[in-house]
Amino acid sequence: MNAPVRNAGVAAGTADALVEVRDLTVDFLGGRKPVRAVGGVDFSLRAGEALALLGESGSGKSVTLRALMRLLPEARTRIGGHLRVDGQDVLGLKRRALSAYRGGTVAMIFQDPGLALDPVYRIGDQIAEAVVRHEGVSRAAGRARALELFERVHIPSPARRLDAYPHELSGGMRQRAMIALALACRPKVLLADEPTTALDATVQIQILLLLRELQRDLGLAVIFVTHDVGVAVQVADRVAVMYGGHLVEVGSSGDVIGTPAHPYTQGLLASRITPDSPKGVRLATIPGAPPDLADPPPGCPFEPRCGLVVPACQDGLPPRVAVGAGHAARCIRVGEPAPVA
Amino acid sequence: MTVMTPSSASLATGDPVAAVAAPEIPAVASRGYWGSVLRRLARDPVAMGAAFVILCIVLAAIFAPLIAPMDPFKGSMVRRLRHVGDATYWLGSDELGRDMLTRLLYAGRLSLFMGVLPVVIAFFIGSGLGILAGYAGGWVNTLIMRVVDVFFAFPSVLLAIALSGALGAGILNSIVSLTVVFVPQITRVAESVTVQIRNRDYVEAARVSGANPFTVVRVQVLGNVLGPVFVYATSLISVSMILASGLSFLGLGVKPPEPEWGLMLNTLRTAIYVNPLVAALPGVMIFLTSISFNLLSDGLRSAMEVRQ
Amino acid sequence: MTASPITPAALAPSTPLDPRDRGGPAQPLLSVEGLVKHFAGKGGLFGKGPAVRAVDGVDFTVMKGETLGVVGESGCGKSTTARLLMQINRQDRGDIVFDGELLGSRALDLKAYRRQVQMVFQDSYASLNPRLTVEESVAFGPRAHGLSASAALARAHDLLRRVGLEPRRFGGRYPHEVSGGQRQRVNIARALALEPRLLILDEAVSALDKSVEAQVLNLLTDLKRDFGLTYIFISHDLNVVRFMSDRVMVMYLGRVAEIGPADAILTAPRHPYTAALLASQPSTDPDARLEEAPLTGDPPNPINPPPGCRFHTRCKFASEVCRTREPGLDPVAPAHFAACHMAVPGSGHPESPSVPMAA
Repeated sequence: MNAPVRNAGVAAGTADALVEVRDLTVDFLGGRKPVRAVGGVDFSLRAGEALALLGESGSGKSVTLRALMRLLPEARTRIGGHLRVDGQDVLGLKRRALSAYRGGTVAMIFQDPGLALDPVYRIGDQIAEAVVRHEGVSRAAGRARALELFERVHIPSPARRLDAYPHELSGGMRQRAMIALALACRPKVLLADEPTTALDATVQIQILLLLRELQRDLGLAVIFVTHDVGVAVQVADRVAVMYGGHLVEVGSSGDVIGTPAHPYTQGLLASRITPDSPKGVRLATIPGAPPDLADPPPGCPFEPRCGLVVPACQDGLPPRVAVGAGHAARCIRVGEPAPVA
Repeated sequence: MTVMTPSSASLATGDPVAAVAAPEIPAVASRGYWGSVLRRLARDPVAMGAAFVILCIVLAAIFAPLIAPMDPFKGSMVRRLRHVGDATYWLGSDELGRDMLTRLLYAGRLSLFMGVLPVVIAFFIGSGLGILAGYAGGWVNTLIMRVVDVFFAFPSVLLAIALSGALGAGILNSIVSLTVVFVPQITRVAESVTVQIRNRDYVEAARVSGANPFTVVRVQVLGNVLGPVFVYATSLISVSMILASGLSFLGLGVKPPEPEWGLMLNTLRTAIYVNPLVAALPGVMIFLTSISFNLLSDGLRSAMEVRQ
Repeated sequence: MTASPITPAALAPSTPLDPRDRGGPAQPLLSVEGLVKHFAGKGGLFGKGPAVRAVDGVDFTVMKGETLGVVGESGCGKSTTARLLMQINRQDRGDIVFDGELLGSRALDLKAYRRQVQMVFQDSYASLNPRLTVEESVAFGPRAHGLSASAALARAHDLLRRVGLEPRRFGGRYPHEVSGGQRQRVNIARALALEPRLLILDEAVSALDKSVEAQVLNLLTDLKRDFGLTYIFISHDLNVVRFMSDRVMVMYLGRVAEIGPADAILTAPRHPYTAALLASQPSTDPDARLEEAPLTGDPPNPINPPPGCRFHTRCKFASEVCRTREPGLDPVAPAHFAACHMAVPGSGHPESPSVPMAA
């Protein structure tokens, strides 16, 4: 990476940052060629802040999230860079510390609650067990905390639902139960990996509102991975757009969505159908397909698909260029007077 | 907490790898599914080792007349039960003074034949029945699968012995009885795989294209069902070899003086206190062959699982 | 594919008529009456449980050349309706009439019907045989209908080209060797291989990334124009449905809640459920964040639909009449029908005559 302008955008204020990610790289080994899924990501997050990682499949957004949780298979991945969460060096954590870190400092919720909820145990028991194991309290105290958490995530008739098995709950209810389980050990950071993608819109908005409420009331830092611009705006104050393993644009959701600076963000927003999209008009599309991460383009990852490309785009990864206060994009053409159509 | 248990962690990490492997593949000549299975199999040292052992045993059996040092039937009452490492009898001699090495090589012919043939026949009959039951469903399924269940009520060893006993001793009868033992097992696997495949979107898409059921099965179902059934059938070869040896051991299969590993084990058992190493040799061959077939079928299964 | 021999010569519309057309442009291509499908529920150890009333009395028509959008939450019966139209499942009751001919009658047997109605499934991967190459999958249908191998392959190549996949580059690939968007193009080509007149798109773009989705939607628009197709477009994304559709049908718990012109329904909905669905779509305006969910709870279970209006358990405006009497699908504007007591004068609902929807 060629010295990016660090003070622009999110990398500011490292002193009070709860989550600090610097130059994070993730390589998947084991194939014929290593695949660079994440190619140098920087961001930081304070307590009570919500950041949306927005990107399409293969952009590296989920991998970034799982690296923060150290959930990637150790034998097949190589993680580089620095990850500090709540003063701990995440990549240096040993087994016991790692187990306390997962759940105690950082917790994660998934698109499929089946990844978190064990189908053969009652949900209440699962939460109580997590509390007992992490905090060393009595079984009854764990149970009481489970009930409190179920009320917290607004599950109707919580006492009865504690005795339910995961398959006995509806989709939205299972998602709430998974959030309750994630909160069992009072984490400071909540990582959400497309938790609402499989839900109906009517249920999705309920879960998004719940996450916002929890973030506000518990002072949680939330990192929310999604491919949906609307969801990102609903849940986060700041948006980081990922493409080809890089953060290509970062800023407040109003800035990134309202005045996108990176050609990829612009293309993504233009291809989205909104209530105002005129009918019968062809939709704008981004030509081509995302880069092959085993063989990425030499310069800007978006260069092969970009409409604003100039020869200099092939000379290494573009630096982070400040667009406005807290708004930056990795594009050498940002700030040029030429207006973007 | 439960979110972070190792099992859920490994589950959770399955998908990002797949997700990043998704982008554009350069336009290369595709080598097809079975080509890629073979390529993955070739990279599995255990499976390749097992395949090598099987190849050696098969070649040795085929070329036994050329490589065997002596006559498999000619014994010598003077030179009975020589020990392993004997100057003339490298692997010793049996209770009738016949060369063990020669007889072990020759025995591979019958033992392999009786191990593989019942499975091959059962593979065709069982796949046919299973696919019919699975695809047709309804009363056809009920009829076939209930009959299969009847056979499952008996342990396969007992069933083989009972059938062979009823049919009488002999190679052909052992093959028939072993085939009858394996048909229900293969039918059941083929049926369960077919039921899964039948409800896949692509089979439904083929059905709604108006193609007749026979065409749908031939083009859309067969290739996807036979793979897993084939893997299962390979794993039965070792069972079949052991059962065939067992039948011979009991005097229900091959008759003396024909060399066959199971039969040799039987006739040598009297020598177990005199010359245990020689007495164990046929057992070693049975073990080696069956475990090789098992390891190869394991390798084949994991080579076939990978998609992306 | 042979053209139907009976073509009424009397009709001479301005657009060239499909030689298979029978009733002319005024006759609906598809009309569905009283469609019912209940699935036997899973019971306990003995016997069957209560039936899942997946589709519980649905009527609608699809005009020639139009796109009918179908929206609703999971469990509303939209996918079951698609499968009934495709005859993957048979209906318990109800008639499907295709271009004036009753399905199952002597004039229209199943095989002839299926040649004219095809479907694209949501899961692009599951709907392609992993053991067949892309061109083999597309050629399967024509081949099964009696085309020679070379002719079927030629048609497959032609269709692959039409959906934007260079046959020489993609034809020989296996499904796992192409991207999700390309796979869905293959599925579209496969569905078109029998030259259908009606294409059912069941969440066909829902699993795709947004930038890819736009490409596929453009393709669908082109194909519809070039092949003179009629679409039934099923999706949970209201913006996409509005963009693609001429008319929209909103389903709730196995029934039609509202049906009418796309713009009317999605700008001035007359059924509170439609309004709630619209309001639940996340807006991209950071200043227009929702503070309250338009609907609470999950969609109810279609095993035991509530009595009266099926939506009354979640409806803000529910009154006594909603709990007892089920509203019919009544006209509220030209070509616009809603099943809500508030939309019908004199229904007994306090806000009955002409109260505009909130939300």
